[in-house]
Amino acid sequence: MIDMVVIPVFKMLVVITAVLSAVAYMVLLERKVQAWVQVRLGPMRVGPHGVLQPIADVLKLITKEDVRPASADRFLFTLAPILVVVPALIVFAVVPFGTSTTMFGKEISLYITDLDIGLLYIVSVASIGLYGLILGGWASNSKYPLLSSLRASAQIVSYEVAVTMTLVSLIVTAGSLSLVEIVKAQEAHGVWYVFIQPVAFVIFVIGALAETNRAPFDLPEAEQELVGGFHTEYSGMRFALFFLAEYTNMIVVSAVGVTMFLGGWLAPFSSVSWLAWLGLVPGWVWFSLKTFLLLSLFLWIRATLPRYRYDQLMRLGWKVLIPLALVNLAVSAVLKVLL
Amino acid sequence: MGTAIAFYILAALILTGGVLVITAKSAVHSVVWLVGTIIAIAALYVVQHAEFLAVIQVLVYAGGIVVLYLFVVMLVNLKRPAEAIVHPQRRERTGLLLGGALLAQFAAVAFYAFNSPQVGTAATYSARGNVEAVARALYVEYLVPFEVASVLLLVAMVGAIVLARRDA
Repeated sequence: MIDMVVIPVFKMLVVITAVLSAVAYMVLLERKVQAWVQVRLGPMRVGPHGVLQPIADVLKLITKEDVRPASADRFLFTLAPILVVVPALIVFAVVPFGTSTTMFGKEISLYITDLDIGLLYIVSVASIGLYGLILGGWASNSKYPLLSSLRASAQIVSYEVAVTMTLVSLIVTAGSLSLVEIVKAQEAHGVWYVFIQPVAFVIFVIGALAETNRAPFDLPEAEQELVGGFHTEYSGMRFALFFLAEYTNMIVVSAVGVTMFLGGWLAPFSSVSWLAWLGLVPGWVWFSLKTFLLLSLFLWIRATLPRYRYDQLMRLGWKVLIPLALVNLAVSAVLKVLL
Repeated sequence: MGTAIAFYILAALILTGGVLVITAKSAVHSVVWLVGTIIAIAALYVVQHAEFLAVIQVLVYAGGIVVLYLFVVMLVNLKRPAEAIVHPQRRERTGLLLGGALLAQFAAVAFYAFNSPQVGTAATYSARGNVEAVARALYVEYLVPFEVASVLLLVAMVGAIVLARRDA
């Protein structure tokens, strides 16, 4: 009973709480980082240096009036934000935050479940989130959200191909589809896969930016052309759900990137003997630290790079990244057989 | 016992979803119900310990093919006046014919499945690992049919490109 129900439910609660608070503070961090890059201070009023700003934001979003356009499709307008958030959150079911820990004299693994097809699960669940974007834009019955949702879905579908292809070359290298096994394979090889598959890592990061609709690929939200994106007509808590999903997806791709390429919960420099004390730090700390670094990279890129044009985006995806990912896959498969 | 309960709940969901696909007034709603039905079928695969099949079902059908349906349905205005349908009886007859053919096909498959010897239960497959079991079936036991099917798909793809380029 305890093993089957209590511990999994407890783990889910911990993970969801952690992810939601991480999202709230990601928003603050993003505003702060952008402000620093632009030599501003950012939010300063709520709490010292604005550290309580997320709480104020959440309270504001919850208490705001929820406006629904008169001509909107009532059913799909409600369904769309839910369809965006739920896949983003349930992906965390297979993300390993560490190996295991002992709590109240019980061995508890630091992941909700270890599917032997974990990677495929992530890819397929993430593909469901797309419906939220498309339906949200369509159900608003307004032209700019519709155009924006078409852009978003075309972009995600295109870059999904390249990203999935890099993940396949990773699977070939690791010999497993389970995320826990992939990290263990990196431990056994004694090297993180970013050093074995550098091309795949670069494609993955670019594709991850495009799939989460982040700058410089934030065309679905290009304010100058499209007002505000597929959630233009949304307000209050429903808008907050779209926002939540966007940041959760950023955390998801960072966590997957860390697991696949940066050794997951493994400590760095495990082969250097005088740095062996790094192994004393718990695995989940390393995991969070690496995820945080990847997320900071996202913020840095957003504050630095200008937006792509739509045809440039499509050309990069179809004519550069996908062929490169295919070649990378072929080369890693051949090397796997030969070596 | 648990499996049976899950099966009946999922079967009810699948059938409800299927009926709603047909009865929904807006074509976009139909597509949404279709997605729901596909996901419920994937859940049914999970209950049968065919996790790989379930994930591929969601990835290929819900995440790929139906997204393209949705594009088409969204961009093409399907609301046409009632008088545009010329022969309502012909539509009914065609529907009955196609439905009957599908039912016969299902019956044939079910009959064949009950009468053929069991190749392997879900348990033996999940012991070897889902992915491995499917890979062995596709690339070792049924390699030639698999290759023939892929060539067929390739021909369809090339054909679509040729047709689309003709007037360009």
